[in-house]
Amino acid sequence: MATLQPTRKDIQETDVEIGESALSKIGFYLLMTLFALFFLLPLLWMVSTAFKPFEEWLSVSWIPVNPTFENFTSIFNDKSLPVTHWFFNSLLIAVLFTAFILIIDSLAGYAYARLEFPGKNLLFGLLLATLVMPGIMFLIPNYLTVAKLGWIGTLQGVIAPGLSGVFGVFFVRQFFQSLPRELEEAAYIDGASVWHTFVSVILPLSKGPIITLGIITFLTSWNDFLWALLILGGDREALTLPVGLATLQGQYTFDYGKLMAGALVLTLPVLLLYVIFQRYIIRSISMTGIKG
Amino acid sequence: MVKKGKSLSVPATRKARKKVSIVPYLFIAPHLLFFTAFLAWPFFYGIYISLFKFDFLRPEKRPFVGLKNYAELFDPKSVPFDDFWNGLSNTGEFILWSVLPLVGIALVLAVLLNRNYPGRGIFRTIFFAPYTLSVTVASVLWWWIFQGQGGLVNNILKGIGMNPPNWLGDMPGAWIAITIATVWWTIGFNTIIFLTALQEIPKSLYEAASIDGANSQQQFMLITVPMLRSVLVFVLTITLIASANLFGQPYLMTGGGPAEGTQTVIYRIFIEGIQRSQMGRAAAMSIFVALLLLSLTYLNFKFFGSTQEE
Repeated sequence: MATLQPTRKDIQETDVEIGESALSKIGFYLLMTLFALFFLLPLLWMVSTAFKPFEEWLSVSWIPVNPTFENFTSIFNDKSLPVTHWFFNSLLIAVLFTAFILIIDSLAGYAYARLEFPGKNLLFGLLLATLVMPGIMFLIPNYLTVAKLGWIGTLQGVIAPGLSGVFGVFFVRQFFQSLPRELEEAAYIDGASVWHTFVSVILPLSKGPIITLGIITFLTSWNDFLWALLILGGDREALTLPVGLATLQGQYTFDYGKLMAGALVLTLPVLLLYVIFQRYIIRSISMTGIKG
Repeated sequence: MVKKGKSLSVPATRKARKKVSIVPYLFIAPHLLFFTAFLAWPFFYGIYISLFKFDFLRPEKRPFVGLKNYAELFDPKSVPFDDFWNGLSNTGEFILWSVLPLVGIALVLAVLLNRNYPGRGIFRTIFFAPYTLSVTVASVLWWWIFQGQGGLVNNILKGIGMNPPNWLGDMPGAWIAITIATVWWTIGFNTIIFLTALQEIPKSLYEAASIDGANSQQQFMLITVPMLRSVLVFVLTITLIASANLFGQPYLMTGGGPAEGTQTVIYRIFIEGIQRSQMGRAAAMSIFVALLLLSLTYLNFKFFGSTQEE
């Protein structure tokens, strides 16, 4: 069988044991379904609560008797709750952050993968060293740096510190290293500059990893809570959705329908991205594991 | 591929690539700028701040205090002592609650996903989905589900005639709720890492073992577990670190209660440094916690890691 050009599937999967009875098959699917329900039911409960009118919030029924949009309209129309602002703040921050990460990390990743320069090993060693540093060490001093720059409560205050991260650099570097060197050599023989080779030969071949990095960076930024809370905590209009939703919890402590409507607004774009791009997302997680 | 490169004819601006060129530095410069400002500099700046009585709101009065901020953490009579050690022990308690299920159940899920059957892609998608959500969504959702009055869990318990506990306001209910929320939210990550590692194990090993008469249990213990050793250490380490960094879930679900029982050490640093502006003290706490985490990682690899590099 091995000589018959095994597909990746053949290599990867351990077969279900031969002779497995129908009964144990049913048992297996039952077990899987139980696990699946553990992950799915809370999400369904969120959706269900979000569409329930006030009178039904405390009922156990999974399907609202009189489904309504009033939770959504009220959080979007309440002047004291700039949910629309929060949504666009989150979107703007996540898009800008992702764009910056993709640009600076692919440039740096390419240099560390393929270009030779004095100090390269030392610098790369420094980058590596920060991977083991617990993030909590940087919280207070970075807050002070952002304060000194006058960036508390601003977009750049939320975005800039995260651009120092080394994950993206490693991620693209690993890919660039896997490309055959002949690609660049051919371009150099034709007289192309390093920059031109990077932009017109290397980048077009790197769409997969760059999309992967882009999606996980977007998700990380869209979901970020602690740093956005520190930097934006004061000004209500400037909040992102995760931080705003937390204040919604304070304000509407027992207004579960509105809270779940807010949570759903925060969740939908992410789940949509996940369903479309799950291959890329899961592959990037796999790579984290292989690195370790 | 090479042909594709050749068709690319650019006006020749040939660079002397042998001598030191400025170009590579231009490539790394943007990242290096942020790296220096927000990863290299704060490493030293954090240590510096920790040597001062550094009140954020009183820039005019920030005296140098040497190692006092550190000494206080070991002096039972000092102001921050009780809260800090309460935070540390709470973090330790959450590690005890969470690490075993986060690693053990993830391994079970990965093994279940690593078989060939219709629908396994859908199960994988479902198991991993919560990981893509924000900590706010995960926390607020489970906070709602565990509400004492009207929460889903208690409504079900009442329905089957049980006495519903006040989950978020009592111990150990608060830890159980936070642990379940965390497992639900993050276990997909560990599962995918285990699944990838399982798929890297050559199938021929299992074939050889079954020819030699090993049953599936023996195959699991004699092939799967040893082959997973290094990834197991990796997952254990990142899970320990993630659990040690617990903040958002208690912040949003219990407010650190009941009676500061779920106020973790990161939560404490947040209160001390950000809410109370005592940044010197918070920086010292951060460095102490960071050293603890580093030693934990080191010990983990020393005791559980394989001796050979893989």
